This record gives sequence, C-alpha cells and structure tokens, in this order.
Amino acid sequence: MEIIKNISWRSIKVWQRNWSVYIETWLVNFVMPFFEPLLYLLAFGLGLGKLVKEVPYNGVLMPYLSFITPGLIGTIVMNYSFYETTYASFVRMYHQKTFDAILSTPLLIEDIITGELLWGTTKSIIAGTSMMIVASFFHLLVYPIALWLIPLSALGGMVFSTIGMLFTSFIKTIEQFNFPVFLFMTPMFLFSGVFFPISVLPFWAQKIAYIFPLTYLVIIMRDIQINKFNLAFLYSLIILIILTIILFILSIGLMKKRLIK
Amino acid sequence: MDNNFVIYAENLTKKFNDFVAVDSINFFVKKGESLGILGPNGAGKTTTVRMISCFLPPTAGILKVFDLSVYRFPRQIKSRLGICQQEDNLDPDLNVYQNLFVYSRYFDIKRSVAEKRIDYLLKFVGLSNKKTSYIREISGGMKRRLMIARSLVNEPDFLILDEPTTGLDPQARNQVWDSLIELKKKGTGFVLTTHYMDEAEKLCERLIIMDQAKIIVEGTPDYLINKYIGKYVIEISNISSEIENFIKSKNVNFEKTSSRMLIFTDKSESFFSEIKEKFCGSLCSLRLATLEDVFLKLTGRELRD
Repeated sequence: MEIIKNISWRSIKVWQRNWSVYIETWLVNFVMPFFEPLLYLLAFGLGLGKLVKEVPYNGVLMPYLSFITPGLIGTIVMNYSFYETTYASFVRMYHQKTFDAILSTPLLIEDIITGELLWGTTKSIIAGTSMMIVASFFHLLVYPIALWLIPLSALGGMVFSTIGMLFTSFIKTIEQFNFPVFLFMTPMFLFSGVFFPISVLPFWAQKIAYIFPLTYLVIIMRDIQINKFNLAFLYSLIILIILTIILFILSIGLMKKRLIK
Repeated sequence: MDNNFVIYAENLTKKFNDFVAVDSINFFVKKGESLGILGPNGAGKTTTVRMISCFLPPTAGILKVFDLSVYRFPRQIKSRLGICQQEDNLDPDLNVYQNLFVYSRYFDIKRSVAEKRIDYLLKFVGLSNKKTSYIREISGGMKRRLMIARSLVNEPDFLILDEPTTGLDPQARNQVWDSLIELKKKGTGFVLTTHYMDEAEKLCERLIIMDQAKIIVEGTPDYLINKYIGKYVIEISNISSEIENFIKSKNVNFEKTSSRMLIFTDKSESFFSEIKEKFCGSLCSLRLATLEDVFLKLTGRELRD
C-alpha cells in the first residue's frame, strides 16, 4: 500500500504546527471546550431532566443526566474533529496554502494529511476530556472506569477526522460544507441515541440510526458509563476500528488525488 | 550522466488530462549555475519548476535532481532544495519568526541550530525588526523577502525561485536581487522563472525561453541577443510606406507593430543617421538591443491569456 508506505514520523511536524497555532490563543482554546458541555448539562439537567427522570438502558434504569452524559461526550468528540478536518483543514489547504508550503519540505502529502487527522483527533481528546471534567463536577462519571472514555474519545476523534477529511477531499468552496452538516451531522446528532435509547424508535428508524457512526460511539461510551458490557459493545468497537482504518486510507488517497494532479 | 548536474531533464513531459503543459523538454543545470526560465503566461514554466520541486509527478521522461529521480526520492530531493513558490504561502496563523521556526521543524533542524540560523536569515533579508509581526501586518516586499528567507532555512544546495519579484515595487525588487546576487556569490545556484527581462539578465548566467510547452531557445543573454537581434535596435514611431520600402531595400531584419517599426541591426551610426535624416527626424531612436527584443521576436506580440 503506497499510501501507508509514504507516511512517516514527520507527520508529527504538521501536528506540531497546529499545536503551535493552538497554544498561541490558549486561553480561548482551552476555555471554549468547557462552555459547550456546561451549557448542555445545564439545559438538560435544569430543563428536560425535570420532566424525564429515568431511562431504561441495557436493563439498567439510568438517571436522565447520567444517560445523556456519554452521548454528549460522543457528540462533542464528533464535532471537534469533524469541524477541524472540514472547515479548518480546508482553510489551511485552500485559503492559506499551508499544505503547499509544507510540500516544499521533506514532507509528503501523506504526512500532511496524517498530521491533520492526528490533530483532529487531538482536538477530540481535548474536548472529550473537558466534557468529562465538567461532568465530574456534577458527579455524573464513576472513576476509574470512566477514564476509558479518553482512549475512546481518541477512537471517535479518528473516525470523525477521517469522515471530515473525506468531505474536504472533494468540496469546492467552503460553503458546500453546509450540505454534510445539515444532511449528515444534524440527523446524526439527533438520531444516534444521544438523547433517547434507539430502541424506542420504530424499527425502520432504528435501521437508519445504525448507519451513523455516532451511534456506535455512544453505545461503547454508555456501556463504559454503566460498567456493563455485552456483544453490542464488542461489535460497536470493532465497527469503529474497521471504519477508522478504511476511512484513514481512503481520505488520504482522495486528498492526494485532489492535491497532486 | 555527469555528476556535476544539479538538474537533468530528458524528454520531460507533463499532461493534465489532454492538455500538454510541458512537451518533451530537455535541459540541465550545473552545480552553482543560475538558470532563468522565461516565457509568456501558460508556457509551462511553473509546471516545470513544480516538477523539479517534486510537487507534480511528470507524465513521462527523466527528471533527476541531485542525481536522484523525482519519481523515487522526493523526500531526499526536497530536503536539499530551497523552494520559493510563486504564491505567498506564508502561515498567517504565525508571526514572522514562528513562520521560519515552524518551517525549520519540517526539516528536522535542531532548535538551537534553527534559532541561530533564523536570526541570521532575518538579518540577511532585513526583517530583524519585524520578528513578532504577523503576516497580514507586513508589506508585499517584506513577504517576498520572508519567503526567500524561509526557503533558505535548510541551507539548501540549490534554489527554485518561481517569479520571486512579481508584483513588487522597484525598491523591493532591488532588495530581493541583492539577496540573490549575494547567495550566488556564495555558490548557491538556482532556477528562476520570471517575466522581467532585466531580472533574467541581471541574475542568470544562462536562459531558456519556453513557449507553448516547449523550449524554443537556450543560451547566455548575450548569445541570445546577438543571435536573434544583433547589437542595436532602431525604433521608428512614424511609420510610412516610404520608410518601409527603404528598409526593405536595405535587406535588414525588422518588425512592424501597430504603431512602431523596429529595425534590428549590427551597423549603427551611419545607417541610423541616414534613416533619421531622410525620414523621421526626432521620431526615431537608436538603442542597444535587449533581451525583451529577443523575447518578443521569438514568442510574438499577441496577448496570451
């Protein structure tokens, strides 16, 4: 596989470039990931949580806030990597010509995209961890098992980084990202079992829910939350890992096709 | 192949679908040499340097840089080249100093070494007092100079300069030229593409003129001028049929544009005074032939895009 062969440790230099820019405005960048989860938890805790007391999941009755916490972690993990490798990567590639500049150095396009994907994943880890910290203040997580949510944020981050990069590989103008956002991200956010168990949906809608990668991420994160595992956990984990591997190679391949004529 | 070649191209071809951007060209550059590539827009200059820079894989032909094939060793080649692209692609998210520092990391240069080199390079291009400025805050000329400084971060063995002074004011152009002449003195060769004939004449020992994807002529600036134009050009701005007939009878090279007539000649004074007295008085002038005359003669006067 030429793509895999062409990836080198130098990818980390691209990650470093993004990190250098990120810490330039560290105050904004480290505080922001705390706000969103805080707002979610307040809205659902003070609002919806007043009406919905408990939700049955995997034979366990979960308090509503506890039920949605892993879903919200999954959501924020999805958003941070997806928006990084779509809008932000597109700006670096197309508007700022940063990829062109990096191509003048010993790095190859495979290194650049790998670095971008690793960076998207990092953003997910930062966001997921921030959400965990906020949730911990509300006593919504049980440690040490909840620490597994960090590597799972990394896995989720890789999945959605590669999905984002896939869109970036063929989109013509930055406005066109509105299509995947409205047609893919929004329904995924609403129908992946973040706010209610998928099992309450009619059968056909359940089938659709299982198209969304977020569904699988929410399953494994929620199983960690209740510390109770069954085959669905294993399947979901395997599906996400396989998806990552396929999309990783595919997104690099398509970006290479876009950038090197 | 001679090991003295920094760049060696044989039947080098690049096609984009059906469009032939570079059509089977042959050229070489020797160590320490400075080669200028001239040509109208769309002639294939940038495509050629982008292939040398390992951005674009050639469609066919041989292309070796430092005796390494661009197909197989892009990493090794790029680690030894200094590439200054046509478009400014400085990093707007970083300041002047960080631009060079982050760039040095791509080459895996040790921090302490990089810091010293960056200080030196900023001094070299006269940007020491702009270290903490962001890219949007500096002028076009400063950006270009920073691009050149950036291309020198890895102490390259050879430079690729794609229109390094396009869009600059005369002061900035002269500063860039001074930097390049200084580098040349130190033995760093380069390939330079440009639209400016004076730039090519000043900076390059040897020139290639490309048109419609092919190399049409090659040689030193003096050689090209002597071969295709001669020593002098007489410009006449009040053309009439009498002058034209007279010129034709003298059997010399000439060219007619919509408003002027250009006569290319090696004989000067007597011929010029004859024309001046007989026909045009102050409306004609005698000047030395330039590279621009060669360029326009060989590539024509029609607009290209």
